[in-house]
Amino acid sequence: MISYLTAQAIDVTALAARITAPERGAVVTFSGLVRNHHAGREVVGLEYSAYDTMAEHVCAAIVGSAESRWKCRVAVQHRLGRLAVGDVAVAVAVGAGHRDAAFEAARWVIDEIKRHVPIWKREEYTDGTSGWVDPTAPQGMIAASS
Amino acid sequence: MTLHRVRLFARYAELFGAEQVEVTLPPGSRVGDLISALRVLPGGASLPGDPFVAVNMSQASAGTSLSPHDEIALLPPLAGG
Repeated sequence: MISYLTAQAIDVTALAARITAPERGAVVTFSGLVRNHHAGREVVGLEYSAYDTMAEHVCAAIVGSAESRWKCRVAVQHRLGRLAVGDVAVAVAVGAGHRDAAFEAARWVIDEIKRHVPIWKREEYTDGTSGWVDPTAPQGMIAASS
Repeated sequence: MTLHRVRLFARYAELFGAEQVEVTLPPGSRVGDLISALRVLPGGASLPGDPFVAVNMSQASAGTSLSPHDEIALLPPLAGG
C-alpha cells in the first residue's frame, strides 16, 4: 500500500518516475515549497502534523478520482514534521497521454489536497513566536502557540 | 448514556490541552450535541461557531447521528499543501 505522507525529504524525480510509462507522453509535476514569508511575517520554518489515517484515506480518494476522470496516473507525497524554508512540502506528479489532461489533473489534485486533507501547519517566525496557519482567517493565521 | 472519544489535533489539541477528550451523551445524539458538550469543557469556549467534525474519517454535519463505536475527530481549519 502506498503512503501519501512522509517524514523524509520528498524526491520529486523519483515521484515522477512512478507514473512515467511509454504510453504517457506528458508528465506534469507540481512542488509546493516552504516560503520565507507569510502575511507580512518572516518565516524561518514550520511543522506539519496530520490526522494520519484520514489523510491517507482522503489522498487515496483524490488520486483515484483524478486517475479515472483524466485517464492518467497520479503520485502524491506530503511531508510531515519540521521543515525549513525551501524544503518540498508537497509534490504531485501526473502522467497522461497528452499535456491537457496532465496539467488539468495536477491542478485539480493540489487544490483538492489543500481543501480536504487533514493536515495542519504551525509556522515559526524570526522573532521566536509561532502560529497555526488558518487559510480561512482574514490574515491567514491565528495568533497562537508560544 | 454513551461514551464518545473525540480526537483532537493541532490548535484544538492545544486549546483542550489533550489529544483526546471523552464526552458522555444520551443515545441517539448527533454531532451538534457533541459540539455543545465540547464547548463546556475547559478550552472548549474558544471553538469556532461551526467546527469541522469527521466521523469515521468523513466530514460530518451537525445533524450526523453518532453511534457508540464511531471514530470522531474535531479538525481545525486545514492547512496542508
